[in-house]
Amino acid sequence: MLSAIQNLGKSGIEFCGNAGKTTLFLMHALVAKPQWIKGFRLLVPQLYMVGVLSMIIIVVSGLFIGMVLGLQGYTILVKFGAEQALGQLIALSMVRELGPVVGALLFAGRAGSAITAEIGLMKVTEQLSSMEMLGVDPLRRVVAPRFWAGQISLPVLTMIFTAVAIYGGYVVGVQWLGVDDGSFWSNMRSSVNFREDILNGIIKSVVFGTLVTWIAVYQGYTCPPTAEGIGKATTRTVVFSSLAILGMDFILTAIMFGGFN
Amino acid sequence: MTGSGLNTVEIRNLSFGWGERVIFDNVSIDVPKGKITAIMGPSGSGKTTLLRLIGGQLLPQSGKIMANGFNIEALDRAGLYQARRQMGMLFQSGALFSDLSVFDNVAFPLREHTRLSEAFIRDIVLMKLEAVGLRGARHLMPDELSGGMKRRAALARTIALDPNLLMFDEPFAGQDPISMGVLTKLIRLLNDALGVTSIIVSHDVPETCSIADYIYVIADGKVVGHGSADSIKHSDSRWIHQFIHGLPDGPVPFHYPANNYQQDLLGG
Repeated sequence: MLSAIQNLGKSGIEFCGNAGKTTLFLMHALVAKPQWIKGFRLLVPQLYMVGVLSMIIIVVSGLFIGMVLGLQGYTILVKFGAEQALGQLIALSMVRELGPVVGALLFAGRAGSAITAEIGLMKVTEQLSSMEMLGVDPLRRVVAPRFWAGQISLPVLTMIFTAVAIYGGYVVGVQWLGVDDGSFWSNMRSSVNFREDILNGIIKSVVFGTLVTWIAVYQGYTCPPTAEGIGKATTRTVVFSSLAILGMDFILTAIMFGGFN
Repeated sequence: MTGSGLNTVEIRNLSFGWGERVIFDNVSIDVPKGKITAIMGPSGSGKTTLLRLIGGQLLPQSGKIMANGFNIEALDRAGLYQARRQMGMLFQSGALFSDLSVFDNVAFPLREHTRLSEAFIRDIVLMKLEAVGLRGARHLMPDELSGGMKRRAALARTIALDPNLLMFDEPFAGQDPISMGVLTKLIRLLNDALGVTSIIVSHDVPETCSIADYIYVIADGKVVGHGSADSIKHSDSRWIHQFIHGLPDGPVPFHYPANNYQQDLLGG
């Protein structure tokens, strides 16, 4: 019993220590005198690496998820003669939940793991150390641009993901299964509220973007400088990000739609 | 500030360890200004750790490190980055930035720390690359270079800001005889031509002895001998004798400590 309490206390102290370390890490990376031109030059290639190169998986996944949602939604709604509500079902599901959550999960798998592996490899090959010895802070030169790139990219990717999914649902529901075109779009427009649904979805994706890129850069920067270390750090990025996204989604959903606001 | 003014680096009563393992136990070392000082010792004796302590990448558990007039262990983060601008470190692997060409690698510190025009940076980079014989390789990427060329390109990057303290981490390790000869010549030449202070960490005895003005030999967390190359070669110390002549057994035993061999074989 006593050892269980000891272990609990030890875990609690370790958790607080790690939380402090990761917060200081991010602060060192982000809190600095802004250098707009240099910062922009470093940001653009990272936006390409993190954002543009994630487009294919986001678009293809969005299309299929929308198509499946259209098909599943139709088979249920048609039983009640409510297939005209298909547009509403797809749009609300995507904008409120599936868009931000699935988009962030895909982003963690594609971009988060790549960020961790890249920074980890820079550490193994002493590139981060040599940068330090050249008087350049790798937290500002390497970590900060990747963090901001992830932070900017994920909300944009989420919007693209959601739009493509709605189109996928439209193709299956309207063009294939014969739901009325006008009902599909008008029901969607009348039921989706900009502030409650779209804005909350965007807020979710911004929070998930912070979580995923924070975990990814921290894991890469602190991984043991070995091949095994990079492998484990990459895995941890995906696992921790996924859990953080799902856990935070519940909290945000409770705040946004649970009657607490 | 430095005590004597004659030394670029002064280390006093330095102690450092990884967990229970002691790397340095009350070590004091002076690196005289304008000279090449070699730190020699077997693998795992903490030579690279010493360079990282001087560069402030590690903090000592006790003792004092003065480098270029900066009290390294007392500096804050910003002060440390300021102090490092006057130091250059050549890593064992070269540690070139893999996404930049040789030219951009050498230009990197200039672009980060100066407001020079691109035309002026180009001239400086070409001069540095010419000094290491790689002006013609400026468009190549790091993965297109041999090991020796990588170190020379990294050396050009290290001297780009004209630091007054150069640190070389195992510069001769894994090099063919020609590359080794080129690097040996370059280190001596650059030290004399630029008037800098150099610290070489190495266990390659002949090459290091051929260019070092002063040598420290470290083992088991202590300085076991120091002096000129000649005095080290003729040292009475059994330990230094074993190290300099590469003897397989001596104060550093051939066998890792183990139980009785016979008992081990008999399963006891």
